[in-house]
Amino acid sequence: MTDPNEPLRRTPLTAVHESLGATLTGFAGWLMPLRYGSETAEHKAVRTAAGLFDLSHMGEITITGADAAATLDYALVGQPSALAPGRARYTMICAHDGGIMDDLIVYRLSGDEFLVVANAANTGVVFQALRDRARAGAQVFDRTADYALIAVQGPNAAQILAALTDADLDAVKYYASYPAIVAGSQILLARTGYTGEDGFELFTRPQEAQRVWEALAAAGAARGLVPAGLAARDTLRLEAGMPLYGNELRRDLTPFDAGLGRVVKLDKPGDFVGRAALAERAGTVPERELVGLVGRTRRVPRHGYDVLWDTAVCGTVTSGAPSPTLAAPIAMAYVQPRVALAARQADRGTVHGRLAVHIRGSAEPADLVPLPFYRRPS
Amino acid sequence: MAIPDNLHYTREHEWVSVTGAAASVGITDHAQRALGDVVYVSLPAPGSKVTAGEPCGEVESTKSVSDIFAPVDGEVTDVNKEVEENPGLVNADPYGAGWLFKVALPAPGEGELPPGLLSAADYEHLIATEE
Repeated sequence: MTDPNEPLRRTPLTAVHESLGATLTGFAGWLMPLRYGSETAEHKAVRTAAGLFDLSHMGEITITGADAAATLDYALVGQPSALAPGRARYTMICAHDGGIMDDLIVYRLSGDEFLVVANAANTGVVFQALRDRARAGAQVFDRTADYALIAVQGPNAAQILAALTDADLDAVKYYASYPAIVAGSQILLARTGYTGEDGFELFTRPQEAQRVWEALAAAGAARGLVPAGLAARDTLRLEAGMPLYGNELRRDLTPFDAGLGRVVKLDKPGDFVGRAALAERAGTVPERELVGLVGRTRRVPRHGYDVLWDTAVCGTVTSGAPSPTLAAPIAMAYVQPRVALAARQADRGTVHGRLAVHIRGSAEPADLVPLPFYRRPS
Repeated sequence: MAIPDNLHYTREHEWVSVTGAAASVGITDHAQRALGDVVYVSLPAPGSKVTAGEPCGEVESTKSVSDIFAPVDGEVTDVNKEVEENPGLVNADPYGAGWLFKVALPAPGEGELPPGLLSAADYEHLIATEE
């Protein structure tokens, strides 16, 4: 956990954000840019051109050695041993009771070398769990301080990056990574992101982060690239229907609760932490379902608000925000499956008024919609 | 950060401009910066009574929602319909086009403002100590 008395950690790019006039905020123990100007403009730039993000607060944990793959197969719910070198996968780490400890991206850098990217707030917990679960022939290190992480996201991201590297970007598929030289710096280049757009994440040495950032900013200036903060990152991921740890994902929920049972590889060989609990969970009827809501009024459902069906509480909002793309309030919520079914089956005319979010004293009508709210044009 | 000298301020970051028996109310530049992009404002109905220090509306931004506290007692005479249509005016021009509502003060001409309103200098001090 974050100690409120500890000073906030600065990233290798904090001084750059300060010089850009960013509004900085404490986030999981780090001092991070919330926005540089208008977060709505930053959001729209990512949807239509490109945005530049400092994600250096994210945790980087390396697992290396002859037992690295076996360690991760045991420690995580996915099967990293099945990844080809250079490929990556979205996965989760669970406790023995099946509860989600964090959601992760695992990159297989080579046969016996993996990089796990964890949420900032959970890096310590994930690192400790991986150490505890490691086989004798695997080494686990928290390398967070050794990396800066910069993301370029948006339809123009590839074009911007192409100006700074000889790497063949067409060869870097979605959820792939490989070493590359960008703006003269040796980096790890990954085609991953958390915005619903095409884009790249660049793992750089801390001392080279500012140079890479400034090169990207310069190359992107004519292509609509703007720096974007955590506020835009949150609305972008929400529109894209991507879960956030602490909101949709929690220690008292399993991946199945979040509708992400597909990340649990019950058919992989060998035991893994949480297997028994998750196998049992996989065979039971869910108590809740994660759904998308679009508000019919301008008031915004927020985290923790009750969802109502015929005025009775039937669920809870996990994330909500005004959607710049839909120009309406959107939310993700856990609701009773019977309500999700009823809301889906009823046509808009008959459902109107039955489904609502309790927003500070009044029931504001909402519609249930399929997730994601936004899918990029292909 | 703009804090015009000719206005009065609340500890909850509203400003009020008093001319005779009429008062205009909005939120401060500091408040709009802290909120981020304002997406929705809910204003008191014309004709309703507001009470100094009591919530009478709300300002919703991307990340949060905040109550609007009435800086003065009185009857609402007008609301800014343009800001209801285009809440971004609160960000663009918090002391001008982004005004929120107008109030008729109950005791015109006495020049007495409710106790607790802050001068520009006091408000500047308040936000400096909050940070």
